[in-house]
Amino acid sequence: MAQKTLQQKLAILSDAAKYDASCASSGTTRRDSRNGGIGSAGGTGICHAYTPDGRCVSLLKILMTNFCIYDCAFCINRVSSNVERARFTPEEVVTLTLEFYRRNMIEGLFLSSGIIKSPDQTMGDIVRIARMLRMDHGFKGYIHLKTIPDAAPELVAEAGLYADRLSVNIELPKDHSLKELAPEKRPETIRASMADMRLSREAAKDRSFTGKRAPKFAPAGQSTQMIVGADKTSDRDILRTSANLYAGYDLKRVYYSAFSPIPDASATLPLIKPPLMREHRLYQADWLMRFYGFDAEEIGGARPDGNLDLEIDPKLAWALANRARFPVTVAHAPREMLLRVPGFGTKTVNRILAARRCGSVRYADLLRMGAIMSKARAFVSLPDWHPGALTDSADLRARFAPAPEQLSLFG
Amino acid sequence: MIRVDLPRFDRFEAWRSAARRLAGAGIAAADVTWADRNCATNDLFGSDPLPPENDRKIAVSRDFIALARSVSFHSDPERWALLHAALMRFQADRRFMSNPADPMVVRLQMMSKSVRRDIHKMHAFVRFHEMPSDGPRRAFAAWFEPEHPILQVATPFFARRFADMDWMIATPEGVARFDGELHFLDPVARPDLPADASHALWQTYFANIFNPARINTQAMRSEMPLKYWKNLPETRLIADMLADAPRRVDAMAAAGASNAPAFAAKVTARLRIPADETPPETMDAARDQAARCTRCDLCHAATRTVWGEGNPKADLMIVGEAPGDQEDLQGRPFVGPAGKLLRDNLDQLGIDQDRIWFTNAVKHFKFAPRGKRRLHQNPDAGEISHCRWWLGLERRFVRPRLTLALGASAAFALTGRRDPLSPRRGKVEVALDGGAVLLTWHPSRILRLADTEASAALEEFRSDLRLGAHQAIGGPGH
Repeated sequence: MAQKTLQQKLAILSDAAKYDASCASSGTTRRDSRNGGIGSAGGTGICHAYTPDGRCVSLLKILMTNFCIYDCAFCINRVSSNVERARFTPEEVVTLTLEFYRRNMIEGLFLSSGIIKSPDQTMGDIVRIARMLRMDHGFKGYIHLKTIPDAAPELVAEAGLYADRLSVNIELPKDHSLKELAPEKRPETIRASMADMRLSREAAKDRSFTGKRAPKFAPAGQSTQMIVGADKTSDRDILRTSANLYAGYDLKRVYYSAFSPIPDASATLPLIKPPLMREHRLYQADWLMRFYGFDAEEIGGARPDGNLDLEIDPKLAWALANRARFPVTVAHAPREMLLRVPGFGTKTVNRILAARRCGSVRYADLLRMGAIMSKARAFVSLPDWHPGALTDSADLRARFAPAPEQLSLFG
Repeated sequence: MIRVDLPRFDRFEAWRSAARRLAGAGIAAADVTWADRNCATNDLFGSDPLPPENDRKIAVSRDFIALARSVSFHSDPERWALLHAALMRFQADRRFMSNPADPMVVRLQMMSKSVRRDIHKMHAFVRFHEMPSDGPRRAFAAWFEPEHPILQVATPFFARRFADMDWMIATPEGVARFDGELHFLDPVARPDLPADASHALWQTYFANIFNPARINTQAMRSEMPLKYWKNLPETRLIADMLADAPRRVDAMAAAGASNAPAFAAKVTARLRIPADETPPETMDAARDQAARCTRCDLCHAATRTVWGEGNPKADLMIVGEAPGDQEDLQGRPFVGPAGKLLRDNLDQLGIDQDRIWFTNAVKHFKFAPRGKRRLHQNPDAGEISHCRWWLGLERRFVRPRLTLALGASAAFALTGRRDPLSPRRGKVEVALDGGAVLLTWHPSRILRLADTEASAALEEFRSDLRLGAHQAIGGPGH
């Protein structure tokens, strides 16, 4: 077999990495290259490009290799797949990262890998690449490393010193789904590695007896990913799992990845059209849990089957199912209740609170402050607006749901 | 009419010093024209001189300056007059800036947002080409066309990021050149940038990171507006990627599942050795099996099974209720606040922890999530009964002379009795397996109670610890 060129390897190993949704490069320590090295990070992340699937390209997202001894039914790289295999040398990963970085194409590297030989061997190679970037090249950009469950703790500890973010994927919302579809993975070891990361991050924040601060451990925190639509789990159960993960492991993000057809699919899983709208609604629901004070039961309970309404957003769905709580009097309502008004975002609510201190807030003021009044009008009362019977009208949902027609994907 | 000429660079500073003099002299925005090198100005009228420097104090806030500076990089020719008007208004009413519903504030904020977005997009979409270099530093150059004249405010970012290379970013507004220091120069014609092999690799990456099964061109266009496309090497591929996507998706569906390569079954067989589920004969075997326990539903939310630890030949066994938040994270019993209270008191009473087996009635943490915290919940009778299997194994292997049950859940697990703990505390009962069980408070109860009640409960707890240690190990604790 002829040696593959760098370009061929890049094609194979980026194709193999694209099913991981994470692309964040924000929220790490502020640093730059004015005192040596190359690169900078901190503050908001930057998306350097967008592909036609609407996803941003912020990091060079590649696998070290797509050889893998595991047989996860949903994964293109599983051992039983006939996909073409390749393996980067550590030097190749470092060169690609730095050359793309110098041309301002990326914020840094997101490195993952198939499991080769053993978890320790794989994690060891991942750590080596991160060490070369940080120590040999003074790379100050962003590094996100996948940690391999079951890898030795000292390897993960070293990874945390170089990486801004570490992540391990929970893969599926229910333990029994994971056992069925990814028999080599164990849910308890995945959660245990998240727990270890949380404890390591907390330990790194404590000062020692001498008052010296321990070296930072994965300062941009950890995240995880759940595949949506490969099993029968309801959205309520997915959100419950997310709530448990956020509460337990101080995760920065749970990514939801609509199960997407892969070349050379497994017979176990049907090839389906990826449930993109469901994925979108889950992200909205996740946002409501993290920034709007909703809990999983409230959002997941808006419909009896525990699934999110695909036609309207989950906040609107909750408001329609809880109309007795509306209309909200904008002049007096507490922040928590303003946050529950459909059409009010967190920024709008902050502006409303500031504007209330300067005088009465009217309909036109809300429009200027960014409220989406087409949604909010049924749920608020103002000095110059009262929804009257609108809040309780039977056809209120129909006013928001899209007309029943098939939209083209390529519009 | 007064005409103020603004320079090509450092325009905001020039505006600021002129506006200060104008505002000091009470000259309204309508009586001034601002001539900006970046836009054509109506020059038909002659200009009156700027009013002289004056002592009148001009009020500005930090927020006002920050917003004004940001707006000054907007391309709208009206921005200077608008800022002048805002400055005049601020002299009369300092509070208007803090009202987010004020139309002038809304307009300034919108302009500032547009500028910030353009800066962000410049940081995202500049693409450097490598240039020949005769020095030790590598050299790069780019051409970029921002929406607003943001060269000066957007390029310090590149100086911090690419400090070890020489670079130049040319824009219609002017040129930023970096050689260790950042310089701003007059505009030049669009430079001819040499081909760069890394751009071809970048295109390979862009084409392959794309998932043809989830087309969403609207998201792409809103985040990467068409106006930026012409200077991005990767956007040339988009039309073909889109055109080919339906065929690729159809091909995946048509191909369907395939036969696994021959070696796959061998690899899988090696990894999937079925776990030994025969009743364990040793503590280690029991621990391994318990790690996979799914007898109740707690395992789905908890991190892991928290098995007992300590001396496997101990005469004294201490059984708590269930792991808490810290125990669940660390995978060890009695390492949270209640565990610390227990261990501190054992130490104070001179009871040797190395002679004790510590465990819990239930081996998984039960909780309700609340934002970033997990609130402890008591296990129910069903969960305790399911977990009794493991506690029974631990007791069979350790064979303690006495077991200390902490709290009602441990008491129920060991004795099968659920009646109130208060009358039973401090007394020895017979466990379901025939062993002796001394009942006492759970230390978390002591942590929960108010001061006087807590100290009474603590005394009872300590006296029970002493009694238990005396009966089990006969050691200190009298």
